[in-house]
Amino acid sequence: MSDREKNERNHKVVVPIGPQHPSLKEPGSFKITLDGEKVERAVVEIGYNHRGIEKACESRNYIQALYIIERVCGICSHAHTSCFCQTFEDLAGLEVPRRAHYIRGIVGELERLHSHLLWLGVASHEIGFDTLFMYTWRDRELVLDLLARIGGNRVNYGVNTYGGVRRDLEPELMEDVLHVCDLLEEKLKYYADLAMTESTLIARLKGIGVLLPEDVKKYSAVGPVARAAGIMDDIRVTEPYGVFREIAVNPVTDDHCDVYGRTLVRVKEMLEAIRLIRIMVKEIPDGPISVRPPRKLPVGEALSRVEAPRGEDIHYIRSTGADAPDRVRVRAPSEANWHGMSHMLEGFQLADVPIIIAAIDPCYSCTDRAIHLIGDGVNQLTDWAQIRALSIEQYKARGIDPGSIKIREF
Amino acid sequence: MKNKQERPGGLAGLAIKNLFRNPATQVHQFGEDGIQKGYRGKLLYDSTTCINCVMCMRDCPTGAITIKNLGTKEEKQMHAYLNLGRCVFCCQCVDTCPKKCLSCSSDVLLANFNRESLEIEL
Repeated sequence: MSDREKNERNHKVVVPIGPQHPSLKEPGSFKITLDGEKVERAVVEIGYNHRGIEKACESRNYIQALYIIERVCGICSHAHTSCFCQTFEDLAGLEVPRRAHYIRGIVGELERLHSHLLWLGVASHEIGFDTLFMYTWRDRELVLDLLARIGGNRVNYGVNTYGGVRRDLEPELMEDVLHVCDLLEEKLKYYADLAMTESTLIARLKGIGVLLPEDVKKYSAVGPVARAAGIMDDIRVTEPYGVFREIAVNPVTDDHCDVYGRTLVRVKEMLEAIRLIRIMVKEIPDGPISVRPPRKLPVGEALSRVEAPRGEDIHYIRSTGADAPDRVRVRAPSEANWHGMSHMLEGFQLADVPIIIAAIDPCYSCTDRAIHLIGDGVNQLTDWAQIRALSIEQYKARGIDPGSIKIREF
Repeated sequence: MKNKQERPGGLAGLAIKNLFRNPATQVHQFGEDGIQKGYRGKLLYDSTTCINCVMCMRDCPTGAITIKNLGTKEEKQMHAYLNLGRCVFCCQCVDTCPKKCLSCSSDVLLANFNRESLEIEL
């Protein structure tokens, strides 16, 4: 008996959602098997947006590859280039000036603000709360205008380059950054208050899309999805990089494990981002903003991690000594969050599906990669302890002692 | 009795009126200041300082810029061509240029009706 006949006999309906615009304006397909209104089984099918980004990087030189990496994601373009530059600098042994680290940090936190404001708008639109959608997108314009002034473009800021940043922050621009922070803080406090007290919002979001801490570990979810389950996986806290070695980030977690928890985590993270921007603007040192990068990298491989607005972003470069990378791998945060999606959807109502999908802040174009495992694929997997041991070994070989980097336990 | 607008040609008056109205949209709603200072728009090229090193062509991620010397090696006649359909406005060529003969302007009104006219000379 075919699946369809079985479903018909059991009075079950398979609803295809997507591939055009499933809750968000991006392509992805979901096959939802319904038992009445309840989602019994959900099959996630992605891969409609595969652009061959990694291969494109491998066929160009490093400078050209940077602008392709910037276009992996339209929202977290700075996080991707930061991570790619960090990997390049690791491999080349470049010492990035402190001022460049601070500018990267400021732009990174501004990006986090605009990404979370965008998400808050989209999520409120999904639940029919369009007033909040209008409010947050209006506020996001303030951040985007600021980013356009810093980088020269609203979305692909082009701030990062190998060995530092491309543009300096002028004093009057820093004053404007602080001014926007003041304006936004007031509004964000109102949204935080709204999220914690508004009864309709709580009733709509609480208890749906549950992903318990053990499931987070099982499906290796990252970012606000993991933090909403009480698991602190913020790279800025657990393995600080760049400016976050000097400025401590207050960890934001929640124990609701559901969509409501993810909302709270993101709203609180925005307030934390504003606090960090203020400190960075106050403490930014004088000095050069970049060092001259080499055109060719020495033979070797490097992997580095950056906390993007959606979670942990991993970039890998393997070099054969040429002026173009031999292999580039991008593990965007959405890629990790997709694995738990079926589990999050199952057992909830059909009407909850859009908001559960939107709650991981999925980025389809970030995600789509072609992976080909040779053989059984098991022998090629490296566990966390092995990766950690390898990275410590690699740092020590270059004369850097990772013991000086504080790693907090949670 | 039919509504006036439902009758044939009922909307003709409105259509003629709309023909002579001012456009509803504005090019720069907030004035020219709406475009931020330091915006990465169309490139500007200074042919007098260009030394034909073609570093900009080598670093351009999309191969949008072309530098050509139409004169001789001694008497240079430098020309730069930009394919606006390919350019992603990253301005890496501006950063790369050793003689600083390329710069960004805030000219952003570059849309065109056909593909051929997107290839311009700077």
